[in-house]
Amino acid sequence: MNPLLALFDGLVYGSLLFLVAVGLTLVFGVLRILNVAHGSFYALGAYTAVILGLWAERALGSGWLSFPALLLAPVLVGGILGPLIERLVLRWAYVRPEVLQLLITFSLFLVLEDLQKLVFGVQPYFLDRPLQLLGAVEIGGVPYTRYQFLLVLVALLVLFGLRFLLRATPMGKILVAVVADREMAQALGVNVGRVYAVAFSLGVGLAALGGALASPTVTIAPGLGAEVIVLSFAVVAVGGLGQVEGAALGALLIGLGRSLAVYWLPELDVLVPYLVMVLVLLFRPVGLFGTVEVRRL
Amino acid sequence: MRWPLLLLALLVLGILPLFLPWLGFVFTLALAKGLAALGIALLLRAGLVSFGHGLFFGAGAYAVAFALREPGRGSQEATLLLLLALVVGLVLGFLVGLFVSRYRGIFFAMLNLAFSMVFFALLAKFYHWTGGTDGLRVPTPTVMGLVLERNVFGEVLFYASLALVIGLSLLLHTFLETPVGKALGAIQTNEVRLEYLGIPVQRVILLTYLLSAGLAGLGGGLTALAVGHVVPELAYWVASGEFVYIAILGGIGAVPGPLLGALVYELIRTFAFKYLAYSWQLLLGTTMLLVIFFAPGGIWMLLGERRQRVASK
Repeated sequence: MNPLLALFDGLVYGSLLFLVAVGLTLVFGVLRILNVAHGSFYALGAYTAVILGLWAERALGSGWLSFPALLLAPVLVGGILGPLIERLVLRWAYVRPEVLQLLITFSLFLVLEDLQKLVFGVQPYFLDRPLQLLGAVEIGGVPYTRYQFLLVLVALLVLFGLRFLLRATPMGKILVAVVADREMAQALGVNVGRVYAVAFSLGVGLAALGGALASPTVTIAPGLGAEVIVLSFAVVAVGGLGQVEGAALGALLIGLGRSLAVYWLPELDVLVPYLVMVLVLLFRPVGLFGTVEVRRL
Repeated sequence: MRWPLLLLALLVLGILPLFLPWLGFVFTLALAKGLAALGIALLLRAGLVSFGHGLFFGAGAYAVAFALREPGRGSQEATLLLLLALVVGLVLGFLVGLFVSRYRGIFFAMLNLAFSMVFFALLAKFYHWTGGTDGLRVPTPTVMGLVLERNVFGEVLFYASLALVIGLSLLLHTFLETPVGKALGAIQTNEVRLEYLGIPVQRVILLTYLLSAGLAGLGGGLTALAVGHVVPELAYWVASGEFVYIAILGGIGAVPGPLLGALVYELIRTFAFKYLAYSWQLLLGTTMLLVIFFAPGGIWMLLGERRQRVASK
């Protein structure tokens, strides 16, 4: 087995995981809520992208139009569902204990799971035009689809884009201020409610982007979101809750770990993400980039 | 007012299945899930939430299935099988508990999730031993040496589990009154202060975790016997989420809460599944959101509040 292929697979898989997990970690960093329903936005992004892509191909007659569809889907999901759910449900969850917040987002997961079935049905969808159109390229004797390399590029863009957003723009500085000290930020005139809504919508959009970009490479069927969310949990726990760079490292570790396992220990491939997580937490209980919270008397 | 109501509920619970046998099956499942939810409620008292008790539930169920698979070797006796499920839950709970009892908050929840997902993946992957995603059939065992017909066995199982649940509830109620039980609530308010008082917080949590795992294992064993089939989904994280759901729905203030929650949950599920195939989760999710926002103490508190309101009139 060619190790280069394992490396490529790991990079691509890690990139997709990163896109979803970074949204989860961003939402946790700002809102302090671990969103169990995050995977559902991934699934909704995938469904929306496939429907839009197939429609663009059929109605407008060009397969190339499925590319803008892949990018339009997360904007739609993040822009519409994000603010809506933040305003209708999460806004009432901020003051509640952690346990209830988890259960609130779990209930949201149940609701979204069924809404998805009601809207899109239970039959599987496929959209492989983007994959075919870009064709394959041979590197080091390994043929590999160009589309999947594009995914790695997008993940890198998102990583550096987020870093830029958080460090160099006024919006990002306000976000960081709210994360550091919510009350002080509020006292200085920051509209914290709006910051929460923006951060949540951005997180939802990122999950949907992950789903949309993954849609040409996977079968879209019910259960997609439930599977992705536990993997994102593992990534986020490995990297440290609320850490953007941590999510990148966690996704890379888990992505590579899993693809290597596929080639050398195929029985264990599904276990690798959780084993990595348990190992990391055993030695660093707050994750690789996490910060230790001070215990108060 | 709450307790007489409970007695009435128990009576209805005991008598209805005599006339509607299929209801006995629904109730047995509810009691099994109620046991797991009771375990979750114990941990919730300490402010810990586990999204991974499907691990113990699934382990209990598969232990029963494995024991029944080979007629020559394993035991065929239902009481022994349930004991086996309990022991498997306790032992696994001890091992996992050694590790997770060091963590709190979200990390506790996520580690539990990770362990249960490892187990789920193993069940689905090792086809030759576990039957993969198809699961395993669980033949009807003997009861006290008697070979029973399937429907008779179902009825016996329901009444046995009802008695079992009542007995365990009384035990747990006593446990919550002991110093260890009282310490649970204190852990949630301030753990550091408890350590200063000389209470071994870690050990209290480990003990509670072990008990909760045993309850979940027993619930899993009951489910396996009642359904006659085990599948990996018993250990999936959505199943674990269900237990948390049931515990909060019923209320964690007292032992009957989660059991009541399980009954309501199972009834909603059965009817919603029958009449609204694709929207039963929608209904459950919405119910939970309403409960959390408007009745945070769960059904048990709701019953109590009504009494207070009536008394103040």
